[in-house]
Amino acid sequence: MKWTRLLLLFGILCLSAQGHAQTSGTPEMADALRSDGKIYTVVVGLVIILTGVIFYLIRIDRKVQRIEKNQKKQ
Amino acid sequence: MKEYKLEWWKILCIVLLYYSVVGGFLLPVPRLFILNESIRLFYFHFPMWCTMLLLFLLSVIYSVKYLRTGSLPHDDFAVEAAKVGVFFGVLGLATGMVWAKATWGAFWTNDPKLNNTAIGLMIYVAYFVLRGSLQDETQRGRLSAVYNIFAFAILIPLIFILPRMTDSLHPGNGGNPGFRLFDTSHDMKLVIYTAVVAFCLLGWWITTLLLRLKTYSRLQDEMD
Repeated sequence: MKWTRLLLLFGILCLSAQGHAQTSGTPEMADALRSDGKIYTVVVGLVIILTGVIFYLIRIDRKVQRIEKNQKKQ
Repeated sequence: MKEYKLEWWKILCIVLLYYSVVGGFLLPVPRLFILNESIRLFYFHFPMWCTMLLLFLLSVIYSVKYLRTGSLPHDDFAVEAAKVGVFFGVLGLATGMVWAKATWGAFWTNDPKLNNTAIGLMIYVAYFVLRGSLQDETQRGRLSAVYNIFAFAILIPLIFILPRMTDSLHPGNGGNPGFRLFDTSHDMKLVIYTAVVAFCLLGWWITTLLLRLKTYSRLQDEMD
């Protein structure tokens, strides 16, 4: 009797532990990075790069347009 | 410098690019095992292939136009679009390799989609080799236009049909269609569509720039 009770208790404990493991086992995401606010550093870095690339692209665009205008004048 | 006009679609391209970079990092994504936060790479990996396909499609359309009319500007367009297409394809491969390392464990796997895409890009590289080896303009235009049609016709089965006939690590391959409209998480749709449009516009922008420069140098050659 005593042993069966112990076994039952052990079984319930195992089950509850498994249930616990399932709820806590959510996929790992960059939550810490987000709560630290450090993901914003990455975003700002990317925005800087994008700004640079776009600025360069617009400069080339402008240059091409100027060349075309000069071509028409000739 | 004065009276420089930035067309509306270029402004749209810039705005959408900013949205996809900021939104791609900060908007919510589904929480999934193995993928984890790397799911966000989808926002930048997938648009590369869309842009590549759009440019290759435009390239083959202009090759057909060239064969019908024989006007060299069409040939120029086909070349420049293919060039930028290959550029985006290489970017797609590079981002895919980084992603594969993180989720599949290796930079390159024997996934049929990977190998076939590499073959497809090689076929397009050979297009430039073919062009470079011919001196006469009309001969080069006609031969490479025919080759371009062949290249596009083989690219589509290589990357869309064959990977689906076997097992593939890519989502949606091995039976089911890939990127499905109603299958993608709603959170992701906002950014992924924006990013596809943004990068397609960017590819188009770069293509037009190269084309204008080419037209200019052609005119310059004629004047000399």
